[in-house]
Amino acid sequence: MTTALPKPAGLYRANIRPAQILVWTLLLIGGLIMITPLLFMFSTSLKTAGQVYDLRVIPAAPTLENYAKVLLDGRFMRWFLNSSLVAVTVTLSNVFFDSLVGYTLAKFEFRGRYLIFLAILSTLMIPTEMLVIPWYLMSSQLGWLDSYWGIMFPGMMTAFGTFLMKQFFDTIPNDFLEAARIDGLNEFQIWWKVAMPLVTPALSALAIFTFLGNWTAFFWPLIVTTSKELYTLPVGLSSFAVEQSIQWELIMTGAAIATLPTLIVFLVLQRYIVRGVMLAGLKG
Amino acid sequence: MVSTPVNTEGAAASRPTGPVWDRLSMKTKRLIWVWSFLALPIVFYSVIRFYPTLQAFWLSLTDWDLMRPPVFIGLGNYERLFSDPQFWKVFRNTFTYLLIGTPISLLLAFTIAYYLDRVRFMHAFIRALYFLPFLTTAAAMAWVWRWFYQPAPIGVINDVLGLFGLPQQPFIRSVNQALPSIMVTSIWAGLGFQIIIFMAGLRAIPGTYYEAARIDGLGEWAILRRITLPLLKPTTVFLVVFSSIGFLRIFDQVYNMTTNDPGGPLGSTKPLVLMIFQTAFSSYQMGYAAAQTVVLFSILLVVSLLQLRVLRDK
Repeated sequence: MTTALPKPAGLYRANIRPAQILVWTLLLIGGLIMITPLLFMFSTSLKTAGQVYDLRVIPAAPTLENYAKVLLDGRFMRWFLNSSLVAVTVTLSNVFFDSLVGYTLAKFEFRGRYLIFLAILSTLMIPTEMLVIPWYLMSSQLGWLDSYWGIMFPGMMTAFGTFLMKQFFDTIPNDFLEAARIDGLNEFQIWWKVAMPLVTPALSALAIFTFLGNWTAFFWPLIVTTSKELYTLPVGLSSFAVEQSIQWELIMTGAAIATLPTLIVFLVLQRYIVRGVMLAGLKG
Repeated sequence: MVSTPVNTEGAAASRPTGPVWDRLSMKTKRLIWVWSFLALPIVFYSVIRFYPTLQAFWLSLTDWDLMRPPVFIGLGNYERLFSDPQFWKVFRNTFTYLLIGTPISLLLAFTIAYYLDRVRFMHAFIRALYFLPFLTTAAAMAWVWRWFYQPAPIGVINDVLGLFGLPQQPFIRSVNQALPSIMVTSIWAGLGFQIIIFMAGLRAIPGTYYEAARIDGLGEWAILRRITLPLLKPTTVFLVVFSSIGFLRIFDQVYNMTTNDPGGPLGSTKPLVLMIFQTAFSSYQMGYAAAQTVVLFSILLVVSLLQLRVLRDK
């Protein structure tokens, strides 16, 4: 990460102190309200069935019993692995193909370039919902229903990612690429070894978005999977919650298991993720 | 799309040395690289994006239950849809999510971003509090909110209302309150992203503009109105369109918060995508569902284009 976003000018330092303190306090209270659902989710996941109605955020006698119960059941492990496999594979595919296509459209002159760019961009206008019926039909004809590939195939490349990467490849100087060409690298090597390392901030933004989108995806996995062994975490959790109906401590444990990985990753990589979202939002 | 050169040249590019390859000109070699890079993506976009799009339009003109082959019925599905009171209810629900959800969430997001941007003390911590919900799984958090909305003694919100002696609320069990309750969940889930994007937009405004305005003696309110908001317009336009599309396509929250009667009570929360889901995958009326997806597509297109026009012109 090399580019630092400009800090706002220190114009407001002269403001009146009490007003600042008030604003700060209000922002903090608002922020605490924002994470209240998360706090209650975790806190309830640590409570026994008898303590669920106890409103204290810090459980009187925290226990990992619910986690043991939910995880030993086996299904959550499986759904967790399914979600990880799907999200990681789709992310790798997007990082590879979206940047390859973005690079080609940004750095090569050829007939049809503009047409292809427009064609890919135009798919941004088509909502997933419109494609699911044809995808479902295609999957049933090709035997992709209820398979990992069936869950993954619609997202292997995205117009958003391609557009994002093209925007970034547009900014890298051609001199670097020419130098590599003179050094005898072939075009694939130039892309992979020279151009890719120059756009790592964009790559991490793309990876974060793709992973998050696929980790939390619900609509298509709900449609394409029928056997419980192939559910992803959100779909599995949904069916699990329906089945538990009133055992809220177990439902909250399931929800916590679905939510924890992304939150932990965020806490570790906070700076990169916020910057990645800003980058993608501004360029996208 | 171009498909013939892809196959032959893709094969040649897989062995980029040898007598034939060496005799090619620089320009031809580049072209071979280009089309071999694009070969698989062109197949992907044709088969997974363009063909299904056309197929959706075609299916919307057919009667099809998955068992027998589709039967062409012209605009029959659309006639049926537009004369179905259920559809108009769903239509109204969908636009309620959009017309109330988008302004509220953008106003909140901008206000928070505007003030958060100036906060130095514990900036990253407070920003994280607002941003965390964006990273959660909608399906999972819908269940947390569903639990919050339960009647006392289970539901946290009613418990708290009880503590203050306020009347209990039915929330998602009531025809009137269910949709706003789900909307709150949805606004909550999207707010963090909007705040971050607004902050990025605010930081992209050069500090010199503010300095100049200060020298001219503009007050804080005038600076906000005459400098910050106009310069922030691209960000705002992006977020308006992005958030509108999100509300028009709302599904995860509604589905998970009303599993006992999806879209209920009495269809009062049902958005278009849930109607599509049920028509296609509960009653297997694929042609009718395809017509609904085409209507969704048209709504999305019209709303986005209108917003882009109106907001750009102002």
